[in-house]
Amino acid sequence: MTNANSREHRGSRFTALLLCLVPIAFVPFLLMNEQARDFLSFRDGFLRASVLGTMLLALNCGLLGPLLVARRMAMLSDTLAHAVLPGIAAGFLWSLTRDAVAMLTGAVLTGVLSSLIVSLVGRSTRLKPDAALSVVLTVFFAAGIALIKLISNAYPEANKAGLDRFLYGQAAAVSDADVVMLAAAAGITIITLLIGYRGFLVMAFDEAFGRAMGLPVRALHYLQMLLTTLAIVVSMEAVGVILVAGLLIIPASTAWLLSTRLHRVLWISALVGMAAAPMGAFLSYTGENRPTGPTLVLCSGLMFAAALLFSPRNGLARKWWAWLQHGRRIRREDTLKAIYRHLETVDFRPLELHTGEASTTEGELRALVRHGLGEWRSAAFVLSPAGFREASRMVRNHRLWELYLTQHAGFAYDHVHDSAERMEHLLAEENISAMMRVLGGPKTDPHGKRIPSLEDTVESLRNQPANS
Amino acid sequence: MTNRAPLIPPFSWHQAIVEPWTDHQPGTLWMVLTAILLAVPCALLGNYLILRRMALVGDAISHSVLPGLVLAYLLFRDLGTGYMLGGAIAAGLLTTLLIDFLTAKTKLKSDAATGIAYTTLFALGMYLVNRYTSRVHLDAECVLFGELEYIPLSEPSALRVGEWGFIPMAVLISLGAALAVGVLLKVFAKELKVTSFDPGFARSAGVRVGFIHYGLMALLSLIVVTSLERVGILVVALLVLPGSTAQFFTRRLARLHLLSVIFAVTGVLGGFHLGSWLLVPTAASIALWGGLQFGAAWMGTLALQSWRRAQMRPAR
Repeated sequence: MTNANSREHRGSRFTALLLCLVPIAFVPFLLMNEQARDFLSFRDGFLRASVLGTMLLALNCGLLGPLLVARRMAMLSDTLAHAVLPGIAAGFLWSLTRDAVAMLTGAVLTGVLSSLIVSLVGRSTRLKPDAALSVVLTVFFAAGIALIKLISNAYPEANKAGLDRFLYGQAAAVSDADVVMLAAAAGITIITLLIGYRGFLVMAFDEAFGRAMGLPVRALHYLQMLLTTLAIVVSMEAVGVILVAGLLIIPASTAWLLSTRLHRVLWISALVGMAAAPMGAFLSYTGENRPTGPTLVLCSGLMFAAALLFSPRNGLARKWWAWLQHGRRIRREDTLKAIYRHLETVDFRPLELHTGEASTTEGELRALVRHGLGEWRSAAFVLSPAGFREASRMVRNHRLWELYLTQHAGFAYDHVHDSAERMEHLLAEENISAMMRVLGGPKTDPHGKRIPSLEDTVESLRNQPANS
Repeated sequence: MTNRAPLIPPFSWHQAIVEPWTDHQPGTLWMVLTAILLAVPCALLGNYLILRRMALVGDAISHSVLPGLVLAYLLFRDLGTGYMLGGAIAAGLLTTLLIDFLTAKTKLKSDAATGIAYTTLFALGMYLVNRYTSRVHLDAECVLFGELEYIPLSEPSALRVGEWGFIPMAVLISLGAALAVGVLLKVFAKELKVTSFDPGFARSAGVRVGFIHYGLMALLSLIVVTSLERVGILVVALLVLPGSTAQFFTRRLARLHLLSVIFAVTGVLGGFHLGSWLLVPTAASIALWGGLQFGAAWMGTLALQSWRRAQMRPAR
């Protein structure tokens, strides 16, 4: 691993840590608020259960999400989440009570069945994965709705499974028993990942290689589906089916933005999920009418946005900044070139410039001064040695490129200016020396103007009046 | 619980097939007509979605129109059709823009980008609903399977057709949406075809690929929000099932369109009667019937393939 690489890794770990510290940074501000103090004291048993529960389910989803995202199966979580509905209804039918075990078993069974059908459709038809996923999603979901209606027609007295809660979730209703269940699910996920880490690692990046290695690829795939379905099923009551998909996808994508090593991604994703959970719980506890599930997903969405903007490796803020700087550099170089041309007309005597001359603006000249490329001497502007060197470099690049195009690329001498305007900023010194060799050390460009060289620069500087 | 009804009611020809068209007129006609008017444009749009590998975007948009609807309501304090349509189309376009932005600017693939966009927007919508419009109840059943059954009871329009009485407003709205989709798809048929099959060639031939892409998404949002009220999030079934089923029979776009329209109509009719037999929400039974059609076509194709393979095996 090269030095630059490890620095980047350190950077991404640092950002991940920062992201997770964001909620903690709020603590001092919030201690002033009575409700916030209430929240942070964790005296409320229901609150404790719901915070713990959401953190555990976020941990579970955070660990499983990266594998889905790496295998381009993120939307499978959506299909699984919808496909558990008929299983829940069937489990309800089995016992005719809201018996958690029967409903969970049914849900896991139909979830895994749906993933089975998705891969069957994918293997035996022309349909692309997205179409296969939508077909299975919609048919299973419709079957679930129909089954629920059939049950309520046949057993009007039966206690309905509570569609509202299934759809939207209710984190406040997490009981201590649910916390135990969520902890067990997270534990199963962690143990499975620890045991089968290498297998999942290979699966995440190169399934064909895994098959060639003799890994039980299909078994691992269905194991992953089973774990994901389990995670969805246990999380469903707290955050609702639609938003469970968000908890699987968003922290995982955040982590993939920050790193490309699976073990780091798993850590970061779990941390992001677990940081978003108390944030969501806190916001929904302190405000009125703020549902926990959506708040939780919005918080992880915010963390995703933060990672998107400020990721050290390829954050958008850095890219935009670089783009802005590039634009500014080009503008500075164009100003320098204009000044050089002006000085050329007066034969470099005097070597100074007044605002407005060479159609430069005061702002442009100030930018040059800021970058040490020039300075003010009373009312006149003088290029610094560095500025003069840059200016003559630009003009040299421009004229050399024009000459090269006319002599070696068959361009007419009046059709080369626009290209040179762009290339002058991009040419590197080794390109220049190569062109110099090819052109045989030319002195003038196709328009008869002198191509500045290092000797010119030295000579002009010698002519410069000694300053005080 | 000795005298309970069976889970699956016994099939009665009269109750499931005949009665709806005799005793429950004109309600049945309006319901079936609305469903067909929604299913046909959905199937046509769905074909393009499947070709462009964007079938899940339909699902995503059906979720993410929610914040658009809520924001339109919060801004204008009006539940009028125009505002709702505007909000939904804006939200649909925002979803697509987000997905495109994330796939272009990061190394995330389109599935992850779709998942991020729709879950975040849906969460935003639910948050806004709970926070600011606690009195406007977000009915779970309505979101799940719409209210196709209530069309005969819905607000009547001023138009009257002989003995059938006034046409319900819902029928006219669906007709308008269907006509809009039909006309636009016809006008841009060539562009849609070339951008769906070969976007690179389309760009080099001077077709405005981005315009067609976002136009299609706006149209999708329009039809999704019109259908959402009637069939709930099962609108995805109307979008993908007919086209996916038709894929088994042909690879030509024109035949694909024809077949998917046929499957859409048979899906609505079959689903309607399935619903009157089982007494389940019509939207769900339409999706189920569509799934049965898909399953039959799939199994039939598989059987045909293995039969052909058996034929080709040299005789001993």
